[in-house]
Amino acid sequence: MPSIAKPLVPRAPLPRNALGLTVRDYEGPMSTLCAGCGHDSTTAALVQALWQSSIEPHRVVKLSGIGCSSKTPTYFLRGAHGFNSVHGRMVPIATGANAANRDLLYLGISGDGDALSIGLGHLCHGIRRNVRLVHLIENNGVYGLTKGQFSPGADRGSASPRGERNDLSPIDPMLLGLSLGATFLARGFSADKVHLVPLLEAAFAHRGFALIDVISPCVQFNNHVGSTKSYAATRAREVQVTDLLAPIAPAAGPPLAGTVPDGGVLDVPMAGGGELRFRSVPPGYDPTDRTSVAVHLAEHAGRGEVPTGLLFVDESVPDVHERHRSTQQPLNDVPFEQLCPGAGTLDAIQAAYR
Amino acid sequence: MEPTGVPDAAYYQRVVDCQWACPAHTDVPEYVRLVGQGRYGEAYLVNRATNVFPGILGRTCDRPCEPACRRGRVDEEPVAICRLKRVAADLRGDVSDRLPKAPRVPNGKRVAAVGCGPASLAVANDLLPLGYAVTIFEGATEPGGLMRSSIPAFRLPLEVLDAETAAVVDMGAEVRYGQPVASLARLLEAGYDAVFVGSGAPRGKDLDVPGRHEGDADAHVHVSLDWLASVAFRHTTAIGRRVLVIGVGNTAMDCCRTARRIGGTEVTVVARRPRAFFRASPWELQDAMEEGIGLLTERAPRRFVVEHGHLVGVELDELEWDERAEHSRVVGSTFLPADDVVLAIGQENAFPWIERDLGIDFGGADLPVVDAVTMSSTRPGVFFGGDAAFGPQNIVWAVAHGHEAAISIDLHCRDLPVTTRPSLQGSLVSQRLSLSQWSYANDFNPVGRQETPRVALERRFAELGVEVELDLTAEQVAREIQRCLNCDVQTQFRASRCVECDACVDICPVGGLTITEDGPEAAVRARLTVPPAGGAEPFYVSEPLPQTRRIMVKDEDLCVHCGLCAERCPTAAWDMAKLVLVQPRAGAIGRAVTVG
Repeated sequence: MPSIAKPLVPRAPLPRNALGLTVRDYEGPMSTLCAGCGHDSTTAALVQALWQSSIEPHRVVKLSGIGCSSKTPTYFLRGAHGFNSVHGRMVPIATGANAANRDLLYLGISGDGDALSIGLGHLCHGIRRNVRLVHLIENNGVYGLTKGQFSPGADRGSASPRGERNDLSPIDPMLLGLSLGATFLARGFSADKVHLVPLLEAAFAHRGFALIDVISPCVQFNNHVGSTKSYAATRAREVQVTDLLAPIAPAAGPPLAGTVPDGGVLDVPMAGGGELRFRSVPPGYDPTDRTSVAVHLAEHAGRGEVPTGLLFVDESVPDVHERHRSTQQPLNDVPFEQLCPGAGTLDAIQAAYR
Repeated sequence: MEPTGVPDAAYYQRVVDCQWACPAHTDVPEYVRLVGQGRYGEAYLVNRATNVFPGILGRTCDRPCEPACRRGRVDEEPVAICRLKRVAADLRGDVSDRLPKAPRVPNGKRVAAVGCGPASLAVANDLLPLGYAVTIFEGATEPGGLMRSSIPAFRLPLEVLDAETAAVVDMGAEVRYGQPVASLARLLEAGYDAVFVGSGAPRGKDLDVPGRHEGDADAHVHVSLDWLASVAFRHTTAIGRRVLVIGVGNTAMDCCRTARRIGGTEVTVVARRPRAFFRASPWELQDAMEEGIGLLTERAPRRFVVEHGHLVGVELDELEWDERAEHSRVVGSTFLPADDVVLAIGQENAFPWIERDLGIDFGGADLPVVDAVTMSSTRPGVFFGGDAAFGPQNIVWAVAHGHEAAISIDLHCRDLPVTTRPSLQGSLVSQRLSLSQWSYANDFNPVGRQETPRVALERRFAELGVEVELDLTAEQVAREIQRCLNCDVQTQFRASRCVECDACVDICPVGGLTITEDGPEAAVRARLTVPPAGGAEPFYVSEPLPQTRRIMVKDEDLCVHCGLCAERCPTAAWDMAKLVLVQPRAGAIGRAVTVG
């Protein structure tokens, strides 16, 4: 842990966003994670993306479970709400919070241990319900907080620092998400903010559940030769399939949803307004076609490659509130009499069923 | 972009703005840390090694270091470098056993110096320890030159001046007091191996306007330097009640404040230009204003008014200036009554004692032609320094000239060409004690600049020699030293170790680091984390990084040397390493050395 807090230097000429805030206003206290941890860079990417999107800090809820990854919400956006839940239970907490107040941005940060083992069932149902939650998996292939045992994100054949090989198949959250009807799937790399920050901005604008798998190397237990999730191995294995060209902006012309023109440029209108403009790096990669994406991902996985970019997006699926036609108002804005109409109203409802 | 490669001492020295701006290249951060540790004696010696007169300069320096100070770029005001120097000097205790000494056996070479001011004393300071016999010819009866005659005692107490001049003289210089050099030709005939001219710019400028010599005007119109010297040596002890000081440089400030102390109760400074264009240091002007000195700007003397044989005042032209104060026109006139007038409109060199057939060329303004590096005149073996070389400058410049001249004299006496000079040498020493621990205080303290305490106004005028400024208090020193950003503790990068995890880029509090694709400089600059402010600081550009062939770029401009990049680096690609510089000095062997 650093000896000092990152100082606030009076005259550092930092630019301001639409809210008049600098990027430093989106930071938190000093991280206690290891020097060079991928999670800290992911945190910095979140800080950058939230600042660029001009999101008001008090409109954000940071949620997490247990693990190194789950410590990270502390280290950014000191003005936001937060809930550090028990191991693997971040998605149910987020689902409940979202049910109570649909106006906030829910930002869940989990690791491959938290989300893909103890929390896997909750993750699946959160995806199926299309809860409006930005769900990051800081994926490093190990349980860092308990000294580096293999996690469900570890690739088959990846070695521990002492040389043991992992012989279990990994859970690929992207392939898993596709099979569960996920509506937003993206993968980034903690040390590549140029591509990670736009993915996060896109996720903030998504209509429902946005799952982002961030390869985030563990410098302590999984950054050696023989690891498939070290900085060097990730750079060697990374294959970019889409490149976000333009940040989200209100649509200028008619949307081109679902079609990939010859230039490989794809515009995806977002539920929150504006659209995403992508370029497919292998021409023809269509992130709106679930079947072809599944084929692509399976092929990449077979070659030991790590496809990155916006892998899949579908803005047509209603989120959990839309499907339940639940109240537009956050519950704290609903008058008490309406929220809790009293025993007489309950009696009337029950009488209707007699 | 072209990689910076392994930066040399000159690159790293540029990062230490204060040291780079100081003509004598004093190691400011080092002595500030030593002051912080209470090691005042060591702090004094670090100072003395480069500027020779820390106690004198800690009170009188024009402080070229302070406008350059990095703290001034990241905060409101620079570190009070000069006042911390004074603290080191005042609290140094006895350091006499650690001062340089002359060897018991001289080297047989004889050097003559003209004038016993800061330049000559700096030359003697460097040459005496090498075994040279140094003879200084001085017209006055005590050492110090203009430091004694023209800096009033309320700014520079005599005991400070005496102690630091004596430290050089007592090393074994032979000073011939009361013996001004009347002829350089005769001095050259005396067979010295080298001659150094450090005779200053001792002549105050006079003002030739009507009435200057009418009636008793000659007795009541004084020329700055002569008058200040006369007060310093107690020949003059009083002045009239109403005093006009013409001119607004630092000498004018000394004149008006001196007048205020010996009888002038209504002292007014008259300036040609508007206030924004004054030459006086802002703090000296502020001190004068605090003492109730009047200020009249955009006025120029037209004539001295003498009635019935007595000076009664000065008639002034009222001037109107253009925006940049380059051209003016007269728009009216004012009469100001005055009992005495002091002219402080500049000083001049005077070399009536140098014959013009000695092979020493003279250029404009009756100044000798002097090489700016070697301080050599056009006659081999005759060197100039201080105000005598290029006209009036500050004391610290005179010291810097003295060091260079001493190098040249040493080379000349060893029959070596004066142009093959010893170079600046440096090395980097890691300051890491453990993973997140450094040998220096790396935290950024947002505390503001501490104001120098001053003697209460009523006590200042009791006696001429009451020093106005006081030392910073212990509490103020403790705060002020923490404002120093330790710019000499350099960020050192080893590209081969970098895994490009972005940790340093994320943690840098001023956004000074960028990892980006290589390309033309303009393109790289456009991709920097924070757009450069366009300062004079260098850019560090690394070799291509191992994993992606991108480059690490560091903008040195706003770096606060907090060391977080090095603390956050998992592979120790970044380190904080102190730049230890060895200044070129007389006696060193000329060789170029890079640091790594």
